[in-house]
Amino acid sequence: MFTVYFPLLMLLGAVLLFVVATMALTHLVGPKRASVHKHEAFECGIPSQGDARTPFSVQYFVIAILFVLFDVEIIFLYPWAMEFRSLGWTGFFEVALFTSVVCLGFFYIYRHRLFSFKK
Amino acid sequence: MSDIFFWVFSVMAVVSALSVVLNRNPIYSVLSLIVCFFSIAGHYVLMGALFLCAVHIVVYAGAIMVLFLFVIMLMNLKDVPEFVSKWWHFGAAGAAVAAMVFGLATHLFQSYNPRVIGDMQLKPIAQALFTTYAVPFELSAILFLSAVIGVVALGKSE
Amino acid sequence: MFDFFFIIEKLILISAVLGITLFIAAYSTLAERKLAAFFQDRIGPDRAGPFGLLQPLADGLKFLFKEAIIPAKADRFLFVLGPSLSMLAACMACAVIPWGPDLMLFGRTVALQITDLSVGLLYLFGLVSFGVYGVMIGGWASNNKYSLLSTIRASSQMISYELAMGLSLIALVLTTGTLSIREIVLGQPGWHWNILAQPLGFMIFIVCAFAETNRVPFDLPECETELVGGYHTEYSGMQLGFYLFAEYINMFISSAVMTCLYFGGFQMPFIASLGLPQNVVALFGVVFFFVKILMFLFLFIWIRWTLPRFRYDQLMRLGWTGLIPLAIINLLATAVFQLCN
Repeated sequence: MFTVYFPLLMLLGAVLLFVVATMALTHLVGPKRASVHKHEAFECGIPSQGDARTPFSVQYFVIAILFVLFDVEIIFLYPWAMEFRSLGWTGFFEVALFTSVVCLGFFYIYRHRLFSFKK
Repeated sequence: MSDIFFWVFSVMAVVSALSVVLNRNPIYSVLSLIVCFFSIAGHYVLMGALFLCAVHIVVYAGAIMVLFLFVIMLMNLKDVPEFVSKWWHFGAAGAAVAAMVFGLATHLFQSYNPRVIGDMQLKPIAQALFTTYAVPFELSAILFLSAVIGVVALGKSE
Repeated sequence: MFDFFFIIEKLILISAVLGITLFIAAYSTLAERKLAAFFQDRIGPDRAGPFGLLQPLADGLKFLFKEAIIPAKADRFLFVLGPSLSMLAACMACAVIPWGPDLMLFGRTVALQITDLSVGLLYLFGLVSFGVYGVMIGGWASNNKYSLLSTIRASSQMISYELAMGLSLIALVLTTGTLSIREIVLGQPGWHWNILAQPLGFMIFIVCAFAETNRVPFDLPECETELVGGYHTEYSGMQLGFYLFAEYINMFISSAVMTCLYFGGFQMPFIASLGLPQNVVALFGVVFFFVKILMFLFLFIWIRWTLPRFRYDQLMRLGWTGLIPLAIINLLATAVFQLCN
């Protein structure tokens, strides 16, 4: 256990050190000249209007939920993929049934044109 | 050695869980929840449950939290009305939580027995999932299907 | 329990791996610019050092000494956290890659791999899903409309292509029967590379790798004609440098991963029949591994300067209605094929 995870921890420490040190260094050695216009949000040169804290298209939310569903399906498939030889055809048909039910939902979404991203 | 890590992960989990509840900014709450999930994943590693750790990180920290962040970014609620609570709200909530924690703690400390499960337990999981629990596994697909229908209803109602 | 030599060995290995990763990422920026110049019949950068060889160093120093501007309306902590997370996720991926066969040094067997996780593939998959946070947090914290738009685009793109990637990896696991990257490499000696068993899976994987690293033709997140600079519009100095640099590190690491998973990693054909000492074989293996990686890096650059970029609806349609069904078909077909044999 030690030989497997300790190097990982060491790598994490080294990368953290590198990231934190570089970030600290750039804030220390870089110049700092405050100016109202420089610190404004960039909007192609015209004065910026309001801020970016506004509600957004719900279509992306659909993508995110679908992502969660398929991610769970993929994680279910990993144990099967490791063990599918001993599970044989029974395991295959179980997975095929599971996948086809998920794909049914996928097809349902496809028919409702939620992937088209066109208004 | 693993005792030290047990305490590190436990303290991390409790502190980040507290910060989920106490933070006023929802983005910081979500980030604290991610830290909390990672410390729980650390506990799984200590118990040798590598696959569960991977599931925890990929599904919870990687997928569900992305969904949460998405919701917060898309909704971008600026003017949340401040919820003013009466003192007895705090009292009632505190008593309920204290009772629950006490109950859980007394129950868990009697039966809690963390032990190393083994380096690789994908095979027993696969055997259990696809033979003993095959029907619940297939039923979870139906659950997904209902979630998909909910998504379409949401997306269509825009 | 504490093996002193083990720690020294791993320390040297970690510094070497990190050093080489950063070095190759830095020089792939120069290669990118030189090759772009070649494709466009220009000379390219040639001022810093002979043939512009010191250009990456000059770029790095310039990033470091520029002002790291944090916009007034930005969330200061998250604004710095975003690029740091991107860099962290990019660098952590090199942990499970086997860089070569075992060396024999001073009577010890030295594995040229930082750690051989038994769930190495899942570790990589987890890091890919973790990489989304760097983009999401940085773009949101900027409090700029272009950044927000681009962040949401970028993260939906990354999560969509992650699915097809995961599915193509499962098809690979069906043929290899292991999740450890080292065992996957050792399972393809000589010319028995996994690409021969999984050609479609590899095609899906490489398309997803391009999408995950935000490279052309999937560089919608940085689409400068529509979104100014993309999610890092407000970034400057080393903070911007981290985002750009993380992209090149990701490119290098995904080249290494593709080589390991589908092209035999450090396995070199015919070398076993020559009867060379183990250390020489190991050195040849490392060199051959890096040759394969450099060919993938060239492919990344070549495609960038050849293809135009997708439109966003085309990209989403390709991911969801093209790659995911294809990956599922590939998965089931692989399973049937394996079970019939």
